[in-house]
Amino acid sequence: MIIFENVTKMYDGNIGIENVTVKIDKGDFVFLVGPSGAGKSTFVKLILKEVDGDKGRIRVNGMDVTGISNRQIPRLRRSIGIVFQDFRLLPNKTVEENVAFAMEILHISSRTIRRNVPQVLGLMGISSKSKKYPHELSAGEQQRVAIARAVINNPTVLIADEPTGNLDPDTAWEIMQLLEQINRRGTTILMVTHAKDIVDRMGKRVIAIDKGKIVRDDRDGSYGYESEEAYSFRCKPGGVFDNNVY
Amino acid sequence: MFIRGIGNAVKLAFVQIVRNRAMSFASLFSITAMLLVLGLFFILIVNVNMVTESAKKQFDTIQIYLAEETDRTDAQRMIQSLSGTKGVAKAWYLSKEEAMDEYRQKWGDKSYLLDGFQENPLPNSIRVKITDLELADSVVEAAKKLEGIEDIKYYRTAVDKLLAVTGYIKTGALAVIISLIAVSVVVVANTIKLTVLARAREISIMKYVGAGNWFIRGPFLVEGILIGLFSSVVSVLLVGLIYHKLAELFGNDILLIFSVVMVPESFLAANLLRIFMALGVSIGAFGSIISMRRFLDT
Repeated sequence: MIIFENVTKMYDGNIGIENVTVKIDKGDFVFLVGPSGAGKSTFVKLILKEVDGDKGRIRVNGMDVTGISNRQIPRLRRSIGIVFQDFRLLPNKTVEENVAFAMEILHISSRTIRRNVPQVLGLMGISSKSKKYPHELSAGEQQRVAIARAVINNPTVLIADEPTGNLDPDTAWEIMQLLEQINRRGTTILMVTHAKDIVDRMGKRVIAIDKGKIVRDDRDGSYGYESEEAYSFRCKPGGVFDNNVY
Repeated sequence: MFIRGIGNAVKLAFVQIVRNRAMSFASLFSITAMLLVLGLFFILIVNVNMVTESAKKQFDTIQIYLAEETDRTDAQRMIQSLSGTKGVAKAWYLSKEEAMDEYRQKWGDKSYLLDGFQENPLPNSIRVKITDLELADSVVEAAKKLEGIEDIKYYRTAVDKLLAVTGYIKTGALAVIISLIAVSVVVVANTIKLTVLARAREISIMKYVGAGNWFIRGPFLVEGILIGLFSSVVSVLLVGLIYHKLAELFGNDILLIFSVVMVPESFLAANLLRIFMALGVSIGAFGSIISMRRFLDT
């Protein structure tokens, strides 16, 4: 569960997010959309306490994120699973070691680790890759490893920051199905994305953010109106979001 | 949980060392090189110290050469009168034959050179052992007043010169050692910083996944300690080897010139190993903690 109450974050006079109030309930599947620089990253960084808010209060899984000390940050992050666009796997660790790492930091016994890791890798469909290193995997496989690592400790919240940004359409859709499967087990999912067709196809809650403010919060689930100008810019070959054009 | 944490850190450290071979080797090399130079200066100091100490011991004796006509009873009387003087530990008679035997022993297999003398040229003498080098002059003054003596030999100036020279060597070597330690801590910290920098992304990922500072630091710390420990063993072996060769080459000459044996290898090795292990471990540990600090701020 994620609650923002009148949260403002400025960067040297520039708006990160301004007076944002929003509540994401347990079990929700939420898309966070908006143009670049709208404040999506700030939103995620505030949840992870990578940056501190200037005003307002943030609660994640019952923890008052605004009030916790630096020493408590690891505890906060362990309760949240995180998946990034660039996967962020540990390059010197094999697939199973990468996933096991998330359990090791909780000092879980190696017997439990040996039991759980293959199970999760199986769920993600990458059992056969367990001894491989990240650089030996395709982008889609790497993202599956990242998701396996994010969910192995059964977090209540999973944050996915453009998880399909580096993937081809088919692989992206497979990843979305994995995320939906995880959501059905009760994990709250907050996904930051530019992928219009994915958002439209999934039909989930959509929070649109622009210039630091929430401009729309729909349960009906569509990416929303996009001007022709913006659309053509986005679809321009080699354009900023070219890899999101399906 | 704590034990599991340590076990995990040790396990990860070994894996990191092997997987980051090049960097591990770079750290190992710089620590070993620095310890090697330190070790060589260390053995220099230890040996100079040994020379000084034994020189002090050897030169705390005053030799009083007796005139031809002075007989043994006169000598005994002189010994008695000297024994009452302040600063005298012991005084005894040494006949010319005993003096010759002493030379023969000292010169060992080169003593045949002494066979050339048709007649023993050495005089009878009285040896006076003094309690304190500072009191030597007053003892010499007292001895001069005795009748029936020919000459008094006391190597005060030689001792003073030797002490001065060895003092300079020791101060110099100590200065070199201290500056070397300072330089090497910087070098080692930088080497480890490079290792950490190469893995800055890895560390940031660990933090995202929720690893605490000690969980991240642990393996790096153990890695630093292991590399330091290994470097110390390697450098002690190298220093030992070099010292062994030096002792083989110069040991006998040093014995002849200074009448001092070089400090035994086994004694040096044991002490050096202990000192270097402590030094290597501290350098490795502090190096990794210092160079990781800015990556673990938040």
